[in-house]
Amino acid sequence: MAKLDDLQDIVVQTRRDILRMVHKVNSGHPGGSLGCTEFLVALYNEVMDLKEGFDMDGKDEDLFFLSNGHISPVFYSVLARKGYFPVEELNTFRLLDSRLQGHPTTHEGLPGVRVASGSLGQGMSVAIGAALAKKLNGDDKLVYSLHGDGELQEGQNWEAIMYAAGNKVDNLISTIDRNGQQIDGPTEEVLPLGNLKEKFEVFGWDVLEVAEGNNLEAVINGLKEAKSRTGKGKPVCIILDTMMGNGVDFMMHTHAWHGKAPSDEQLENALGQNPETLGDY
Amino acid sequence: MTKYIDQGKNDTRSGYGEAMTELGRTNPNVVALCADLVGSLKIQPFIDENPERFFQIGIAEANMMGIAAGLTIGGKIPFASTFANFATGRVYDQIRQSIAYSNKNVKICASHAGVTLGEDGATHQILEDIGMMKMLPGMTVINPCDFNQTKAATLAIAEYDGPVYLRFGRPKVANFTPVDQKFEIGKAVMLSEGTDVTIVATGHLVWEALIAAERLEEQGISAEVINFHTIKPFDEEALLKSVKKTGCVVSAEEHNFLGGLGESVARTLTVHNPTPQEFVATQDTFGESGTPDQLMEKYGLNNKAIEKAVLKVLKRK
Repeated sequence: MAKLDDLQDIVVQTRRDILRMVHKVNSGHPGGSLGCTEFLVALYNEVMDLKEGFDMDGKDEDLFFLSNGHISPVFYSVLARKGYFPVEELNTFRLLDSRLQGHPTTHEGLPGVRVASGSLGQGMSVAIGAALAKKLNGDDKLVYSLHGDGELQEGQNWEAIMYAAGNKVDNLISTIDRNGQQIDGPTEEVLPLGNLKEKFEVFGWDVLEVAEGNNLEAVINGLKEAKSRTGKGKPVCIILDTMMGNGVDFMMHTHAWHGKAPSDEQLENALGQNPETLGDY
Repeated sequence: MTKYIDQGKNDTRSGYGEAMTELGRTNPNVVALCADLVGSLKIQPFIDENPERFFQIGIAEANMMGIAAGLTIGGKIPFASTFANFATGRVYDQIRQSIAYSNKNVKICASHAGVTLGEDGATHQILEDIGMMKMLPGMTVINPCDFNQTKAATLAIAEYDGPVYLRFGRPKVANFTPVDQKFEIGKAVMLSEGTDVTIVATGHLVWEALIAAERLEEQGISAEVINFHTIKPFDEEALLKSVKKTGCVVSAEEHNFLGGLGESVARTLTVHNPTPQEFVATQDTFGESGTPDQLMEKYGLNNKAIEKAVLKVLKRK
């Protein structure tokens, strides 16, 4: 295992990347990105079995699908820091002619992205398809996906949840980012999600909860536990409790930073809380 | 004019099913998905021979489109099939984002298109699907005319890399194109040469166009009949070459006049060679219950309607 300190350095640098990206273009989604930083850093740097380089088919390696595409800043930073494309390219986020579109897409050929996402609720179906292709190919690697909790209000998810359990898609680990927030406010006010663990279980999934979704060690342990539960006839769900805006005090405990960029002073304050570790792009 | 013989009525969806059986034997990457309509789509033989390459999705078309997109990652060639209504309008955004924008090699295979679905009525009779699908960047749109051509088209799209919408129908119709035809995506087929009027038709209306052309010949009118089995990419060259000779056009399709073949024809003519055109199509309306023949008659989609449209457009030359 990589040293926890080294991974924590990537986490802090990723937070800086996220903040600087959205600040530069005064748009994008910092809150959910910051909340999922530990998860994506752990996944790409500690948990997933990845080949060198990128090809679309991704045979004989683990795959990841981001369904809640609006948290593209954290996805782009983690991909760039992992070496999928130059970190300097983070400078082009949301600019004209960039491969780093507002929401991730394959259209411009950005390495690391295998499907467009942004219109919510579609990623689990795609992940299931990729998992089925792996089974057909005799490929024993896994498929991971990430979904927002508010995103589960989209009905397509429940078609996918029903299908994956009914068809024993047990090489799939779908994580729900339970930050309890969505654009219009707390999920329990906008449209209550109820008991997600029970909902997934009653559909036939093996569910584990990670209460400390912003604690790197807890996230790694949770992901490894999930991995150990694959191949046993059930798809695996991680319900990951996270804090939107984690790592920046004034962005936490609110949904205000779902889709809003910090001002110059706010950026300075936020970066001050997250000193440079690996070097800014 | 060139005469065509009906080799025996058959349904276009059975052409799809027969091609799937063949693809099951010849192309190990082809997989089939269906949303609880296996019998209607005629893919049971494929399933019997390749159970591991068939995915029964249940009544969940949105999930089917996403799973199909995912299956391409890993090199599979998914043929996702259901009724045309559920394969397009119901799942437009799934097709748009996960398939078209993501440029996934998914074949959306849609049966029971148009009013010839019959008695089930307007909820199931989609007349807007060609328009929706052709508006998606990168989407190929094909509407073959008979059993043989549907089979040939199904085999051809397996060899083509990219998203395709393949539209076919429910009723048994004349089967008149060659058994061993080579299907070229985007290449219109000249069926009968003529000099007075061009009839461009797609799907079930192609046979009707040939019947109309025969009757017009008896009246001394020489009609050129072209089968536009591919609506996108649109074979502009074939159309322009023909109208240069004839000077007027009738387009014929089992689809709304908004968004269909006729509109692609009109756009091409407007840009390159403005020419009088009449539309044989539904007039921005929903369908209703009835037999296929009754509905084709009522909605003006048969050989009589084409003949009438020709006589009208000739006066506008």
